[in-house]
Amino acid sequence: MPPARVNSTFWAGVRTSAPFILVIVPFALLFGVVATEAGLTIFDTLAFSLAVIAGAAQFTALQLMQEHAPTIIVLISALAVNLRLAMYSAALTPHFGAAPLWIRALAAYTIVDQSFACATTAFDENPHWTMRQKLAFYFGTCTPLLPLFIGAVLVGGLIGKQIPPEFALDFAVPITFLAIIAPMLRTVAHLAAALVAVVLALTLAWVPFDLGLLIAGMGGMIAGARVEAQAETRIRREMAQ
Amino acid sequence: MTADPAIDKLTLWIVILGLGLGSYLLRFLFLGVIGNRTIPLWILRHLRYTAVAVIPALVAPMILWPAATGEQTDPARLAAAAATLAAGLLTRNVLVAILTGAAVLYTLLYALG
Repeated sequence: MPPARVNSTFWAGVRTSAPFILVIVPFALLFGVVATEAGLTIFDTLAFSLAVIAGAAQFTALQLMQEHAPTIIVLISALAVNLRLAMYSAALTPHFGAAPLWIRALAAYTIVDQSFACATTAFDENPHWTMRQKLAFYFGTCTPLLPLFIGAVLVGGLIGKQIPPEFALDFAVPITFLAIIAPMLRTVAHLAAALVAVVLALTLAWVPFDLGLLIAGMGGMIAGARVEAQAETRIRREMAQ
Repeated sequence: MTADPAIDKLTLWIVILGLGLGSYLLRFLFLGVIGNRTIPLWILRHLRYTAVAVIPALVAPMILWPAATGEQTDPARLAAAAATLAAGLLTRNVLVAILTGAAVLYTLLYALG
């Protein structure tokens, strides 16, 4: 394969991911600010972000640690938020499955919402791409996103302590979460999952050790999966008629 | 809240390392371990709804009973949350939703004193 073509798909990946910089940078800035406000050092905050690179799970863990939830609940809840990464990994497997282990290991580390979204869209539109072109595109999308994510966390951490309490930064976390979730509520199944989870979380708020959150999360997942399965059966029945 | 708000260092590092390792394993699970074998449909079906279930469950009590107001429901915060959700549903744009929520929050916090 001519190296020029691999090179151009790499740059196509960089260009495709560029608009997502506008989402990643404010989000990472905010994590830096909120984490240092919660008493983490700059080093803690950067280590946290480098180890996890998943803003939503980082915010979840931070929030629960501030509420002094038991460590195991913090871990389970934040990992539950990250379960979608396993789904992304599954979806990328047919494309990268034949690559050497160290490349797959590196690709796994760089799976984030945005790199996954860019890559799967591009792979659907370019079915003729070779695996090397797909990998080049994928790593192209990660090239601006990951360094900017870490850089913005650092900047947020450095300016965090200077923001006065009148700015109600406590509410930055719920607003950011709502903003992430709202566009994901595309189907009735997604709506059902969210609604069931919210009702359970509010009615089970009294359950000790924040176990209500886990029950609510699982209840929401089951509701979403049920509604999806029912919708599929209905479509199949209508098509059979 | 009267409890000490500081996060214990040991807890923090257990969470950083545990969450880092766990998240990596989730990312590596299929790509590295499962390879080209197929994944049962019912597992994928549940995985699809993890984020839309867990995150709203986490956020709902934070919106209704904010720690910053002594767990008293606050009209400004409630309105900001509603505006964020509405903007996110209408525009499907994360950034627009955040900015809308922040604008409503600051306007109402200022107006209601």
